[in-house]
Amino acid sequence: MTFRKYLVLAAVTVFGATGDSLLSRGMKDAGNISLHQLPDLILTILNPWVLAGILFLLGFFAAYMTALSWADLTYVLPATSLGYVLLALIAKFLLHEQVTTTRWLGIILISVGVGFVTRGPALTHDPPVTPSENCDREPVSMRAEL
Amino acid sequence: MKQLYTWGAVAAIVLASTIGDVLLSRAMKQVGDVGELWRSHGLLAVVGRTLHNVNFVLGILAMTVAFYSLLIGLSWGDVSLVAPASASLTFVATAVAAKIFLHERVDPHRWMAALLVAGGVALLAA
Repeated sequence: MTFRKYLVLAAVTVFGATGDSLLSRGMKDAGNISLHQLPDLILTILNPWVLAGILFLLGFFAAYMTALSWADLTYVLPATSLGYVLLALIAKFLLHEQVTTTRWLGIILISVGVGFVTRGPALTHDPPVTPSENCDREPVSMRAEL
Repeated sequence: MKQLYTWGAVAAIVLASTIGDVLLSRAMKQVGDVGELWRSHGLLAVVGRTLHNVNFVLGILAMTVAFYSLLIGLSWGDVSLVAPASASLTFVATAVAAKIFLHERVDPHRWMAALLVAGGVALLAA
């Protein structure tokens, strides 16, 4: 694991939590939307909070896919669950939501779980290479050897 | 009866998002290390190779099913039950699926991590 790879994991966490918070903030402006007012739902992306939230979630998805390209799924999912902790902190300090004792207990459990997984290796298996992709992959591996 | 529908929706979300995560993970392993690929072939090659991967497209499809199942589930049950129940069960389900389908070595540390995170997510909504 290089520093750059930890940065990608941090990006997954921060972009995901920030995107969700921005969406939450924006949708509070929009009010309750029922299924009969679907056109209103399309208009909500004109809300700057919602638009920013969508951009952050796109960044989250790109970082998540990048992490999955070199790490196990069972590594990436727990390692990036610190986002839930970040989300709770944003909810408390920026959105002024109530964070109860049970929630803090949940935050502690998640943090301990993250500690468990990040101490181990990121990748524990060889990437699946099927014959059809073999020719496809070769330029990359050759380039890496150069 | 409504409770049965709600848990049915939770089951659908967990199943669809687990399938989605496994497919996306497999797709990105086939695409290869994104950082290396970007340096050697450029960003367009990364995007093109990813979008042309069958597993990636199927994974996105599964994630779409999961998202709509969530919307349907939210119309039947409370958000404070549906969202954390499906998120925490998905952590455990992906650990099992990654071991079986992606042949990841899920050692005791990783099982503990999956269970602790699942428990923590469940508590966040309590």
